[in-house]
Amino acid sequence: MNELKRTPLYEEHLVAKAKLIDFGGWEMPVQYAGVIDEHHTVRTKAGLFDVSHMGEIDVRGEDALAFVQILITNDVSKLEDGKILYSPMCYPNGGIVDDLLVYRYNSQHFFIVVNASNADKDYAWITEQAKNFNVIAENLSEQYAQLALQGPMAETFLQRITNINLSHIKYYSFTHGEIDGVSCLISRTGYTGEDGFEIYVAPEYGRQLWRKILEIGANDGVKPIGLGARDTLRFEARLPLYGNELGAEITPLEAGLGIFVKLDKADFIGKEVLRAQKEQGIPRKLVGLEMIDRGIARSHYPLQKDGQEIGFITSGSFSPTLNKNIALGLIRADLAIQGEILDVMIRGKAVKAKIIPSLFYKRDNKAGHLAKESGAMSEKLSAK
Amino acid sequence: MNPVELKYNKEHEYAKVEGNIVTFGITDHAQESLGDVVFVELPDIGTTVTAGKSYGTVESVKAVSDIMASVSGRVVEVNTQVMDSPDLLNSEPYGEGWLIKVEAEDLSSLDGLMTAAEYEAFLAQEEH
Repeated sequence: MNELKRTPLYEEHLVAKAKLIDFGGWEMPVQYAGVIDEHHTVRTKAGLFDVSHMGEIDVRGEDALAFVQILITNDVSKLEDGKILYSPMCYPNGGIVDDLLVYRYNSQHFFIVVNASNADKDYAWITEQAKNFNVIAENLSEQYAQLALQGPMAETFLQRITNINLSHIKYYSFTHGEIDGVSCLISRTGYTGEDGFEIYVAPEYGRQLWRKILEIGANDGVKPIGLGARDTLRFEARLPLYGNELGAEITPLEAGLGIFVKLDKADFIGKEVLRAQKEQGIPRKLVGLEMIDRGIARSHYPLQKDGQEIGFITSGSFSPTLNKNIALGLIRADLAIQGEILDVMIRGKAVKAKIIPSLFYKRDNKAGHLAKESGAMSEKLSAK
Repeated sequence: MNPVELKYNKEHEYAKVEGNIVTFGITDHAQESLGDVVFVELPDIGTTVTAGKSYGTVESVKAVSDIMASVSGRVVEVNTQVMDSPDLLNSEPYGEGWLIKVEAEDLSSLDGLMTAAEYEAFLAQEEH
């Protein structure tokens, strides 16, 4: 391994005996106790993730609102200050540069969180697009450690060490405050399909917070969670992953993210192509698959129907929550019919799978924190 | 610890030799590196396997791993229990988590395998 980047929490992963892997150029924990155990911890209690590898880009200036509107497919004009929005960011041809979260401070200040493996590419893209606007885009990725506490007990545990009233932070909202005396940005967001928070702090306080959160939750089963479980958790909740469901050759409409593409707003990059695609018919659709025969469909395995290639698997795994083998596949739209049987080509062998609804897992909304955005997201994400 | 009566290859698999019947399985180190095993694909009884060639796969949540035959021969027994409970490979790789039994044509390909002590030295070396 040559010159992998390390997060401010690297030493903590060594202490916790994590298994480390190269993830997009970062030396990251893939698991601690084991992927399945960690997965269940997040679904039933709460788990702590080091997501410091994520990229943060700050956009400020008089034209910030107009600029972000051009940059992304979703609409931030109606977003209230202190709220967050999920959006694809497209190339002019409709392919996806990345998917991201936009935190709105006000119309002249947005904070954009992007995927680790795309951070440099995104910053270059954003800077290039910013030329004709009165804005300054700054890559702040090095200035933050980011922790995610996810799971039904996340609020209960975190409330023990903060004077911020967490129940006031609605889904997809953020605020500034102190946790364990450390100044941070905290949002009710995540990538697991569970309730939870993402916390941004100065790198030097990362380890303190990490330890404190594990300590206050230790008796209740809070554990550190690696990228392995992060992937199975997001996959069950049908949250897309760049490089799997999303990419430069896939449009957000194909990926089932149509609700985040606002064709009725003024111009944005990729709009013409996406509008045309919507009018002429979206050629491919993302579907859920359940294995009928024995086997696990993995990313990029071909999908066939009657011996003809009709698409490929974007993500596939054993699902710890459902206890069966499931997958997501991008296939010809005319074959995206519930109940249809397809062949997954596993090492040259046809293995049968059935098309099923792709929102494999949806949490019970006991806490009542789901705001409109999430309702819309679930609705959309299950619409296929 | 790795049982002394077994032979080991560099792919972290073991062979247990009883007469001309050879049992294949993966080592404790292999299951540890793979993580939670969730799927095992094995050949049918009566098929033949070839030394140095893949005879099936072991999959964890995150990884797919080919398993290699250390002798050529006919499959005489398949552990169907691990197909239903793949986690046996994690909990008992040297016991209930064995994979297949092969009636060997010729045991000479086993000569290239390592003893338990050699395998442990190999593991120590691989760490660095």
